[in-house]
Amino acid sequence: MTGALFSSPASYAALAPLLALLGSLVNGLFGRKLREPLPGIIASATVGLAFILSLVAFVSLPEGGLSLEFWPYLVAGDLQLSLGFVIDRLSVLLMLVITGVGFLIHLYSVGYMHGDDGFARYFSALNLFVAAMLVLVMADSYLLMFVGWEGVGVCSYLLIGFWYSQGLNASAARKAFIVNRIGDVGFLLAMFLLYRTFGTLEIAAVNEAAGGLAYGSALLTAIGLLFLLAAAGKSAQLPLQVWLPDAMAGPTPVSALIHAATMVTAGVYLVVRSAPLFAQAPDASATVAWVGGLTALVAAFAALGQTDIKKILAYSTVSQLGFMFAAAGAGAYAAAIFHLFTHAFFKALLFLTAGSAIHALGGEQDVRRMGGLGRVMPLTGLTALVGTLAIAGVPFLSGFFSKDAVVAGVYTSEWLRDYGGLALYILLLLTAAMTAFYMFRWYYLAFAGRPRYDDAVAAKLHESPAVMTIPLLILAVFSVVAGYLGLPEFAFPNWMNAWLEPAIAAEVRFLHPTVTVEWLLVGLSIVAAAAGLGLGYWVYHLRSGRPAQRIGSGALGNFSREGAGFDALYRNTFVAAAEGTASGLGVVDRELVDRGVSGSAGVTGLLARAATGLQSGFARTYALTMLLGVVALILVLLLGVWLGGELA
Amino acid sequence: MVATEYYVALSAILFAIGAVGVLTRRSAILVFLSIELMLNAANLALVAYARQWSSSGQAVAMSGQSAVFIILALAAAEVAVGLGILVAIFRQRTSTDIDALSEVRY
Repeated sequence: MTGALFSSPASYAALAPLLALLGSLVNGLFGRKLREPLPGIIASATVGLAFILSLVAFVSLPEGGLSLEFWPYLVAGDLQLSLGFVIDRLSVLLMLVITGVGFLIHLYSVGYMHGDDGFARYFSALNLFVAAMLVLVMADSYLLMFVGWEGVGVCSYLLIGFWYSQGLNASAARKAFIVNRIGDVGFLLAMFLLYRTFGTLEIAAVNEAAGGLAYGSALLTAIGLLFLLAAAGKSAQLPLQVWLPDAMAGPTPVSALIHAATMVTAGVYLVVRSAPLFAQAPDASATVAWVGGLTALVAAFAALGQTDIKKILAYSTVSQLGFMFAAAGAGAYAAAIFHLFTHAFFKALLFLTAGSAIHALGGEQDVRRMGGLGRVMPLTGLTALVGTLAIAGVPFLSGFFSKDAVVAGVYTSEWLRDYGGLALYILLLLTAAMTAFYMFRWYYLAFAGRPRYDDAVAAKLHESPAVMTIPLLILAVFSVVAGYLGLPEFAFPNWMNAWLEPAIAAEVRFLHPTVTVEWLLVGLSIVAAAAGLGLGYWVYHLRSGRPAQRIGSGALGNFSREGAGFDALYRNTFVAAAEGTASGLGVVDRELVDRGVSGSAGVTGLLARAATGLQSGFARTYALTMLLGVVALILVLLLGVWLGGELA
Repeated sequence: MVATEYYVALSAILFAIGAVGVLTRRSAILVFLSIELMLNAANLALVAYARQWSSSGQAVAMSGQSAVFIILALAAAEVAVGLGILVAIFRQRTSTDIDALSEVRY
């Protein structure tokens, strides 16, 4: 269904990105003159208003969605692109996540960033971030999606390097930016291929045209793989996952926004948005699934040995994104979005509780110097426990249902059968157990057990202010209830699948195992979560004298702490090679270019010094020179006459 | 009638004397005098050639004399300006040595 702005209540949601942009502009231009907490209030209000608009759209959305075209902004030959938004059941869900979770994070930031010099700058970037995310999910063409895609890249750069005066933060921001650029090459090449093949970049048109091509054609596979490269860059999948753990350098609410809303999940969204295209390219889809599965495993392994309270969460995000990719690759698109949806709540919750703990400890991020915080900060501790149990996959919390939907989707996917779907299923189950284990470790070391900080620190400990704890409580509630939107389909009503069905028109076939097998799958998920949590309890509580000192010791621990060696690998290959080339070029520059330039300058100087001798100021010298010149001229003319006839 | 060659020879001798004067004299006034001598040497040659041309009945006969008048007028103007400058310089430094004026180049 097409329409214009004002055509229906839902169409007003198109104003949401503009609102966030407005907030960003006001804070960016006049923020310095505004007194704290006014910039925070402006920023929160715009996002809150955008949330209300999204909510209206969600309630009043026509079944086929709404496609709004505004004006053509790019006309080049046959290519004509209009600025247009698609508000359908898929994008509206993500808009709700972005503006809803975004609003809570804005609110929390008012407390967290209290007293920071860059208060207004922070909120300006945060609002711009939300605007870019909204453009990304609402775009009706790949090109406009790319605008949002790059927009979130820029904002993440600005916010990761928010405290830019520290070299470590600045280089983390650069790393995020550069690794993302590698993925963007994939996006651009995919767009070139799409335009060459279909003559259009509009998502709906491409998805429709993709159905006309042969199943599994090389062209679609190539496009799918290029999109996977793009998604791997943005969503921190193998082998481009290295930037996300470093991205913890920014303020903690930023980490929450990056991980929960649509920055790192943009890759999943891209795959799901292009579902009909991927459904026609099983090779590409299976690659997506396996990349996701392997990323989930490697990141979970890396999370085991981390000692930074935020880095554990960062690796867990990489791992959870791997789950989403596995589902998207298996064709279980609704499950991928479902997991994205629930993950947004519990990951935002986990990051914000971590921020609350860091805030209380005056900037301490090492779990080895925490412990027992739950007793001093009951609200933070309780909500952290809810988030931990949700991500660990404990039954009746949101993470359990969505993770179960993901692994069940991988198990039952028909095309994955030919690509080792069963192995991928077992791998994901193992990863789920590891998730439960490292998240238990995270919670236990920070919030339970004995305190491991000085008495001086302990004396100053306090629960965070209400502006920070209220978002925690709201997120905790959603971390529990969000899962009930997608109960296992074989036995219960599944609202999520039914809701998303009209928006994701891909033909995917699934096996339909018997109900007994389905229950068995659910049971295995529970066993995995219980095994992970039980092992964590045994290692860190029952058997622990001093668990803090054993963290990450030994060769395997070191390997885990260093993120499975990817950073070292890249440092030794790409970075070293680039540095070698750079220093080589530096020698060429110094020895050849610089010397050439200063050499030619020296020659000119020499000539100038010689020429100054001519200008002596002695009038008689000038007269003599002129006379000699005239004499020489006459001699030449005479010589000409003597040698051969006429004067010229 | 005296042959033109004699006039030209005299003109050349006067010009050479003037040139040597410009090159060797340090007093600005004497340099001026020598320049006048060179100018008049040139005038003499012009007039001599003009006379030769007019006796052969050419229509351009008057051009040489015209040039001489222009040169005379210019020389008079030059002397007026030059002497003015010289007087000014003399008041400044009680000398008319042109070599001492070489710092004008800066």
